Amino acid sequence: MTARDILDLAWIVPALPLLGAAVLMPLGRRLREPVAGWIGTGLVGLSFAWAVVVFAALWSLPADARSHTVKLFTWLPAGGLRVSAGLLIDPLSITFALFVTGVAALIHLYSIGYMHGDRRFTLFFGYTNLFVFMMLVLVMSSSFLLTFLGWEGVGLCSYLLISFWYERNSAAVAGKKAFITTRVGDVGFLVAMFLIFATIGSLDYSVMGGAAGGLAAGTATAISLLLFAGAVGKSAQFPLHVWLPDAMEGPTPVSALIHAATMVTAGVFLVARAHPFFEASGGAASTTVAWIGAATALLAGGVALVQPDIKRILAYSTISQLGYMFLGLGVHAYGAAIFLVITHAFYKATLFLGAGSVIHGLGDNQDVRTMGGLRRFMPVTAMAFGAAWLAIAGIPGLAGFWSKDEVLAKAFFGDQYGVWAVGIVAAVLTGFYMTREMWLVFFGNERFRRPAEAGGDAAGEAPGDAAAVAAHAAGHDADADPSEEWLLSPTVEYGTEPRPAAVDGDPHRAPFPMAAGMAALGVLSVIGGLLSLPFKNLEFLVEWLEPVFGGVPEVHASSFLSAAGLSALAVVAGLIGLFAALSMYGKGLADPARDPLDDRLGIAGRILGHAYYFDEAIANAVRVPGRRFLDWMSEAFDQGVIDGAVNGVGRFFRGIGAGNRRIQSGLVRQYALGIALGAVGLMIYIWVRTA
Amino acid sequence: MTDFPILSALIGVPAAGAVVVALLPRRRTDAVRLVGLLFTFATAGLAGWLMWHFVAGPIEINHYQFVEEHAWFGDLGVRYLLGVDGISLFMVLLTALLFPLSLLVSTTIDVNVKGFTAWMLLLEAALIGVFLALDLILFFFFFELVLAPMFVLIGQWGHGRRVYSALKFFVFTMAGSAFLFAGILTVAFLHQGDTGVLTFDVRTITSWAPAALSVGTARWLFVAFTVGFAVKVPLFPIHTWLPDAHTDAPTAGSVILAGVLLKMGTYGFLRFSIAIFPEAAVWAAPALLAIAVVGILYGAVVAAMQPDLKRVVAYSSVAHLGFATLGIFALTTEGLEGGVFTMISHGLTTGALFILVGYLFDRRHTHLISEFGGLWRIAPVLGGLWVVAVFASIGLPGFSGFIGEFLALIGTFTVHRPFAAAATFGTIFAALYLLWAFQRTFTGMPRSELRGHFPDVSVRELVAVVPLLALSLFLGVYPRLVLDRVEPAVKALVDHVERHSDFREPERRVVPAVTGSDRPAETSGHGEDKP
Repeated sequence: MTARDILDLAWIVPALPLLGAAVLMPLGRRLREPVAGWIGTGLVGLSFAWAVVVFAALWSLPADARSHTVKLFTWLPAGGLRVSAGLLIDPLSITFALFVTGVAALIHLYSIGYMHGDRRFTLFFGYTNLFVFMMLVLVMSSSFLLTFLGWEGVGLCSYLLISFWYERNSAAVAGKKAFITTRVGDVGFLVAMFLIFATIGSLDYSVMGGAAGGLAAGTATAISLLLFAGAVGKSAQFPLHVWLPDAMEGPTPVSALIHAATMVTAGVFLVARAHPFFEASGGAASTTVAWIGAATALLAGGVALVQPDIKRILAYSTISQLGYMFLGLGVHAYGAAIFLVITHAFYKATLFLGAGSVIHGLGDNQDVRTMGGLRRFMPVTAMAFGAAWLAIAGIPGLAGFWSKDEVLAKAFFGDQYGVWAVGIVAAVLTGFYMTREMWLVFFGNERFRRPAEAGGDAAGEAPGDAAAVAAHAAGHDADADPSEEWLLSPTVEYGTEPRPAAVDGDPHRAPFPMAAGMAALGVLSVIGGLLSLPFKNLEFLVEWLEPVFGGVPEVHASSFLSAAGLSALAVVAGLIGLFAALSMYGKGLADPARDPLDDRLGIAGRILGHAYYFDEAIANAVRVPGRRFLDWMSEAFDQGVIDGAVNGVGRFFRGIGAGNRRIQSGLVRQYALGIALGAVGLMIYIWVRTA
Repeated sequence: MTDFPILSALIGVPAAGAVVVALLPRRRTDAVRLVGLLFTFATAGLAGWLMWHFVAGPIEINHYQFVEEHAWFGDLGVRYLLGVDGISLFMVLLTALLFPLSLLVSTTIDVNVKGFTAWMLLLEAALIGVFLALDLILFFFFFELVLAPMFVLIGQWGHGRRVYSALKFFVFTMAGSAFLFAGILTVAFLHQGDTGVLTFDVRTITSWAPAALSVGTARWLFVAFTVGFAVKVPLFPIHTWLPDAHTDAPTAGSVILAGVLLKMGTYGFLRFSIAIFPEAAVWAAPALLAIAVVGILYGAVVAAMQPDLKRVVAYSSVAHLGFATLGIFALTTEGLEGGVFTMISHGLTTGALFILVGYLFDRRHTHLISEFGGLWRIAPVLGGLWVVAVFASIGLPGFSGFIGEFLALIGTFTVHRPFAAAATFGTIFAALYLLWAFQRTFTGMPRSELRGHFPDVSVRELVAVVPLLALSLFLGVYPRLVLDRVEPAVKALVDHVERHSDFREPERRVVPAVTGSDRPAETSGHGEDKP
């Protein structure tokens, strides 16, 4: 078998999780619990293994030949439009395929433990396998249209998984919100495809590279910005970011897989894939991307500072980090942005899995104000979470340092000092909010235990672990009706009272599959930076991606010293945030109801806490005047004005009916028979007259 | 077998079924149901045979297959003339598929089963006749014949204000038919005056009219035909009969009404309005595109606010048929194919949605969203089917709805960018109204009075709806099954329009890749495509 024969078999990579979805979704509860999890995990693992084989085959080819299109069948032939169901195997697609399947396999493994006891255990793995399939279609497709299929497909899975516990109204609403908000951006994606077809006559990626350069700058800018609108929706950038914090209603492994590591980076993929259009736009499109990214990084980082919910902090952090990635794309640092996508997937997945482990251990508590000191009870979780914390804060040597540093350096040496400065400020915020979360959860005073007098009798009856497990199980399990408490959203909103501590005894540790998945990702958060070190011959990833982004002008540091100086500056920024947070939260919280940062910020804290009131303003606009208008349109207008003309006709007929009750006396058949006879009669009449 | 009058058989079998059912004793409801199913399945079999033997034809206007031609009212020029092309083929297939499924979901009807089944079979015969007739009078005969059974089905087996709704349906479409009939007679008499031959043969009229009619006459006649069809589609603002008719119709009535009956309008646009009056079609296209866009957005917005599930789906039909109309009056190959595809896809997805709404009605005797809630928990399979149907109807890529909408939009975009861009926003609203209705009906915890009184789907119910959803998925993944057969007919129509007007479809060729130095890595290495 030659390398190209193996590349032709690349379809096996997405086919394996599709098989899993096709088996697991219809089986539902007929399959017993652990089996479904192992099937789902195993197939994604095999998919990863095959992706490695495909990667090796691609790697064996000379660098300028590393692009291979596999045509499976002609999907959509209509008029001048011809779209194949095909795969484009090149360094960009295989890089995404590798980290998606790799991270997904580990999160699947973790989920076997996390979803234990859930009444829809099998369905969960069916959905997640479908998600992996759709994500692979998205990144491996050979045309915009097939990418769009994957794009919408991951949106469907996101909807299903956010709403997975649909008995909770909050979860059902959040799923719908996510789907519809991202669809707003998708209008841009669709119109971009129309424009691409109208101007270059094909939606294939293979045509785009050559044809984009010949476009007028205005057309290229329009296409780029429309595509970017799609990316803004999917990757939760300002102003379409509002769905991502709510998406935390989904089970935590879903947050890790879809809403941190993979799906939300689809927008980054799209911009990277479509970079010839951005490059052809003469700078306008790229500058927009860079500034939207920088603004999102800063604004979301600010919101993360004061959130009390362990998952919401991470959600805003994800939005902020995605902003960094777009910042990188906007300064033409495509390779660096992809590098950040991958390292972010490692450390953010680790953070979410760690958070899930904490939530699991504390009986569904998500309030960091009533945690603290957990490192003694959950050492593996604390280690993994801690590694990811240092990685995201940009501590030298860990994955996040190398990738974020690369993006910021490219911004600086590309003379984009404005976005660079914003990126540095955002790095301070990152250091702060992550340290705050780390300390409030794992260090400082223990605030999770039920107060002695209230918990006394309960503790006497059941050990803490059992109580926590029972509380957890009551929500998820079997045929029991979920408890009232479980039906309420577990999300802790800013400005609410701290959730009462409810754990008696000690929190329980993560079971084996959870710990294993989490630990593996934690290790990757530490060493992930090795993928691409900023030294000659060690920039593996960036060099590997070079053939894809070959046409993009390179930006280089003016000297080693200036590059090192910049890095030092970024590290210092992260450390400032880190130590500022330590000074405030080093001992935990004396009173869970009082957050020292929030107290200091005053009104600014409230604005940040409510995410600048942006979401609330939209919701109010939709709920009150918007809805009133729609009600008017569907009742007063449709029924009154438009149907009014009809009622005139109706009255006329009713008048006739009143005068001739015998005809309208009930048997409607008579009308019909009359019509039928009338039609036949007309025929006969014409025939007789002319015969 | 080539001499076998397959098209007559397609009309004759259900018609004969209606007669057989009428002769059965009233009390033998089992026999009636069985005979009804047998005849509809036999018709479906014949339609399958037709599909199998249909050849994706040459690009030639007036090219029909399996043509049957007999004198009827000889001196009047009215002939019994049937034929099928790529467009009508799928309308016939859709009809033949939806009827057996509609009878399957109608076992909950227990009043006068015999009458119900007989009228359904007559309706099927009439609908298939509409799509096969190539004589204007024969077409009009079937077109009007459809009204009677539909009227009775709503009026007698419906719910609520069924007589009001049936009458409203009747009055509206009858008013449209008056325009249509006047148009048919005028064009035929003009032809007689010009050539001395009185004929209603669509092929003859189509060849003659574009060159012979003055621009003004053709435009007036175009309006007459198009108004007649627009009521059926229904286009904004003459759509108000539709929600009432749907709400009060029995499930089978709604499935046929949305699935097939509305397509008589868009089919009429294609076969008559555009083919006979191509110049006028080009002239009127911007107005019709504008109406289509308004229909897409308006239908979707109004759908969102409906308190009744059936009205949600009914208004969604206004939006979907807006996409079909948009694609058709783009007059480009992609647009027209998208229009035809949307007609087929809408039959599958909306048919499925109406059947699924019917399952809720069978259990609770209401369509009001507020009477439900939390159904997913107690009926997980039904909830799963709903999810699939909802996303199929939203037009998620991978389902047939996406192919139709995408082609309609992209085909429109190449000639009328603003209309296409505006219509694209309809895809957001589609998600909004269906997901919102689904959320209120199926998510949350079930109301206490529903628990234990809401069984999940039965095998019969599963069998009736799964084929529609599976077909929608299949056509979303492999649309060539339809596109390859529709394309010749559509291209012939576009050529015909171009020949008789100043409209030119934008020429599209793939911009060749820039060879040379500036972007080497991007394009090299693509020569390895598998054949």
